[in-house]
Amino acid sequence: MTHTEIAAPQEMAIRAGQLPRAATLLTVVFAVAIGGVAGMLLGSGFAVMVLLAWLVFLVSLTAWSTAVEGRRKATDRLVNALVWSTFAVAMMPLLSLLYTVIVKGGPVLTPSFLQSDMTGFASLGQGGGIYHAIMGTIMVTAIAAIIAIPVGLFTAIYLVEYSAGSRLAKVITFLVDVMTGIPSIVAGLFALSLFIVLTGDPLPRLGLGGGVALSLLMIPTVVRSVEEMLKLVPDDLREASYALGVPKWRTIVKVVLPTAVAGIVTGITLAIARVAGETAPLLLICGTFPEANWNPFSGAVQTLPVYIYSSLNGTTDAKYGDIWTDRVWGAALVLIIIVMALNLIARIIGNIFAPKTGR
Amino acid sequence: MAKSIDVKDLDIYYGDFLAVQGVNVHIKARSVTAFIGPSGCGKSTVLRSLNRMHEVIPGARVEGKVVVDGQSLYGAGVDPVAVRRQIGMVFQRPNPFPTMSIYENVLAGNRLNARKLKKPEADTIVEKSLRGANLWNEVKDRLAKPGMGLSGGQQQRLCIARAIAVEPEVLLMDEPCSALDPISTAAVEDLIHELKSDYTIVIVTHNMQQAARVSDDTGFFNLKAVGEPGHLVEFNPTTKVFSNPDESATEAYISGRFG
Repeated sequence: MTHTEIAAPQEMAIRAGQLPRAATLLTVVFAVAIGGVAGMLLGSGFAVMVLLAWLVFLVSLTAWSTAVEGRRKATDRLVNALVWSTFAVAMMPLLSLLYTVIVKGGPVLTPSFLQSDMTGFASLGQGGGIYHAIMGTIMVTAIAAIIAIPVGLFTAIYLVEYSAGSRLAKVITFLVDVMTGIPSIVAGLFALSLFIVLTGDPLPRLGLGGGVALSLLMIPTVVRSVEEMLKLVPDDLREASYALGVPKWRTIVKVVLPTAVAGIVTGITLAIARVAGETAPLLLICGTFPEANWNPFSGAVQTLPVYIYSSLNGTTDAKYGDIWTDRVWGAALVLIIIVMALNLIARIIGNIFAPKTGR
Repeated sequence: MAKSIDVKDLDIYYGDFLAVQGVNVHIKARSVTAFIGPSGCGKSTVLRSLNRMHEVIPGARVEGKVVVDGQSLYGAGVDPVAVRRQIGMVFQRPNPFPTMSIYENVLAGNRLNARKLKKPEADTIVEKSLRGANLWNEVKDRLAKPGMGLSGGQQQRLCIARAIAVEPEVLLMDEPCSALDPISTAAVEDLIHELKSDYTIVIVTHNMQQAARVSDDTGFFNLKAVGEPGHLVEFNPTTKVFSNPDESATEAYISGRFG
């Protein structure tokens, strides 16, 4: 083709049909109507109606779009609708759970519920609280964090900065992956047998054991997240530091870690949030106790998840079942609040520490 | 304070791969030496072996001698960290530390090495280095702002300020202008001219006009053949390299009739 031929006046084909902006909404209304009517005619339940409406929505939107807009946009709309549907399916249980726990647990959360423990209230139809369980959860989780954070952090630093793909590094990475898959009850059994050996007590109950069990679950998460964050630090920065005559360890402490600190803190906080709600290992090694036990080296420690579990047993009590149900919901709400607060703190810390690029 | 560098029979490896073979060069003190040549011929590798940055890459090693002021850099008992304190480096891409302000970036070499500085002393170093890097007037009112907030050219001059703040004997520059626009490039080249009176400068560049403009001596590197290691084809005063080179390969490369 030569230039003179192109010069012939001809409009480029850049126009295409377009559905009205409210097309999706219209289709939803249409699909809900069809699904509802069809469901009523068939005499089926709500779930079938929703399913029918959903199918009608997908088919009619795709068909309409194909007719007006062509195949590419129709595919786009179909996939878009599928993605949104799966998102909705994923969110529904979460929202339902939050709603239920807040509605049922909210009224239970009075200052006295948060400030009193269960001493003497265990068999009464009133009073009692979860102060001891909140403190136990905080103490056990703190012990786990104190053990797991240094171990995980230093392992990750070794893997990224020092190992240089050695065989040992591959073995460690493999073992960390295996550890990620350890069932939490097995971690609890490990802690239990460890402290049976250490204390000689056939059934040891102590907060430290809970911390050890939780740290086992926490370490792989910490290693993985810190490792990923350290890998994100550009080698340019390490080289810049080496070229200034800075030794390797100071480069890691002063350049690499500060650059990655936002992600590291976020990862660690999320790991803490994950283990704060663990039940099975604490059931084995911490047991239950009606009041706050601040000594992690001896005696049972009450924690929120175990409190919820053991309170469930009380709900079948014919005389005082209701108060136990309230206690379960209240404790569940507090546990969710603690975990959510940790997540929120992680995000805030991440934002505070993020390297600033402002002018 | 500037020092001369003698390179003798330098072979540079990445693992088993011989990247550069048989380099012999005398780099004069208080002069600018440019390394030119096609991509992948080992210019940057040679440059990085001059302050023992080469071995930062896993598996990388060097055979031969690099002698600075009578001391062999690769001799027994030489601490690579101490070498790097004497021989500074500026990289291809500007790489200020993202967690630090402009002020802290300039002082990074001192601070990271845990040198205690009094505030007036630190201020003096920062101002002197930033003035030395032609950046002072542009940033003097926002020293506390992050270094990453500067433009690319300013970031690169910040990196140069950071490198000269530790007062090295030699300054190595690995394509310092390749990511910069012509105006920033001119600023950096002016700076190289000024720094020459105090420092020995070795610069790797893809820009032959730049080599001709800033350098006193020029080394031309090339691959012996495809798959063979790189080597130093010719090393002569810049005026000779660009007007009447000894080797026909040099002339072919410089005049654009390469290969």
